[in-house]
Amino acid sequence: MTFDKIPGETNGSGQPMVSVRDLRKTFHTLAGNVEVLKGIDIDIARGEKVVIVGPSGSGKSTFLRCLNMLETPTSGRITFNGTEITAPGVNLDEIRAQMGMVFQHFNLFPHLTVRKNITLSPVLLKMQTQEEADQHAEYLLGRIGLKDKADSYPNQLSGGQKQRVAIVRSLAMKPKMMLFDEPTSALDPEMVGEVLEVMKELANEGMTMAVVTHEMNFARDVASRVLFVDEGVILEQNTPKEFFSNPKHPRTKDFLSKIL
Amino acid sequence: MNSLSQRLYDDFIDKGRYMYLVKGLGNTVLITVFALLIGVLIGVLIALVRVAYLQTEKKGILLRILNLICGLYLTIIRGTPMVVQLMIMYFVIMASGAPLMIAILSFGLNSGAYVAEVIRSGIQSVDRGQREAGRSLGLSGRRTMIYIILPQAFKNVAPAIFNEFIVLLKETSVAGYVGIQDLTKGGDIIRSITYDAFPPLLAVALIYLVIVVFLTQILHVIERRLAKSDLR
Repeated sequence: MTFDKIPGETNGSGQPMVSVRDLRKTFHTLAGNVEVLKGIDIDIARGEKVVIVGPSGSGKSTFLRCLNMLETPTSGRITFNGTEITAPGVNLDEIRAQMGMVFQHFNLFPHLTVRKNITLSPVLLKMQTQEEADQHAEYLLGRIGLKDKADSYPNQLSGGQKQRVAIVRSLAMKPKMMLFDEPTSALDPEMVGEVLEVMKELANEGMTMAVVTHEMNFARDVASRVLFVDEGVILEQNTPKEFFSNPKHPRTKDFLSKIL
Repeated sequence: MNSLSQRLYDDFIDKGRYMYLVKGLGNTVLITVFALLIGVLIGVLIALVRVAYLQTEKKGILLRILNLICGLYLTIIRGTPMVVQLMIMYFVIMASGAPLMIAILSFGLNSGAYVAEVIRSGIQSVDRGQREAGRSLGLSGRRTMIYIILPQAFKNVAPAIFNEFIVLLKETSVAGYVGIQDLTKGGDIIRSITYDAFPPLLAVALIYLVIVVFLTQILHVIERRLAKSDLR
């Protein structure tokens, strides 16, 4: 099964897809200031699949949300596909249009049909006419076996179906990269597999991916690199094989012993 | 003392006096409908400013000024009686306008303050993930608001806005203060002609009641429809 040609892959330049330098984020809450990210540095190469794991509250979701500027970093620099997106005056809408994001709670638009969910943005942004977008949506839905749900509303779908539609909605924008923020955490156990399957296929086609997840098997099978984030820093990173069989840092060992 | 039928004849049939009520009702409905349209328009604009102010971290000077103006407007409108606002508008601010237009504007400005709070709560009731999903697809904040947030917000507050319509219908009964012949004034004119207060005023009350009961039934239908579409 194939989704689409992934634009990032055809660009053969050596620069990384994403480059992050000394990323910091402080939240100002009533209880005081909380520094969630304490200086993150990372390059993500084109076609790379980075899986980010770590205890809850470690800052991994915040880090992912900074990558498409859903959270504004307090300081630091993020470069995406050669553009410094943390610089003032950057058109973030154009950047986000090239970066798909899949959320824990799906965030499908409940007032629109599945088809309209998928075609809304490509049509509004004049990437495609409504007919072209409809055809493309049909094609993408066929790929995840939900062609017959095009006229359904999100509330009529199961959790797994919703999340697969959400993935396809992002793919309809033909993104250069996909971000996944705990895409299976809100699913009933029997629906996790179908979502991971779609993500695996996407990975096999060369999509650049950053995935925050608790699915260690997915990390083992799909990741080109696993990051362990704890207390706002990347504590350890390695190939999945090394990461799981030979964790270096005591906190990594502790974390893995608790969840495996 | 005249017989009841004679009173009813004098109050309503003689010289076509029922037309005071018919024309009055027409004006009442006219003022209500257009005032609500203005109210919703103003309400949306104010709600957008208030929400933008609450959600923006770095508040620009323009946003601060707009928010201040909206806050002032809400305080004044909600802190003073409708009749007083209407009279100030009629006798002071727009002393030369057409009375009906002035009434529509006054009631619209008044209603806008209440609708604004309803719509603001509607916008804030939409899950923030909706906005994030819209933005992550490359849509601007404005488009996300128009195509994703507002449709859901309106759906959430449709019953409350319809309720405002019912409230507004009754509130327009003070239009007679500035010489507009609405339904209430129509009944009062009949009273002043025939010196018979009870039948015309009872008729006025009944007409309001019938309309409000009818609209309330529609409201229930709307509420049930909306609930149904939420079913899984």
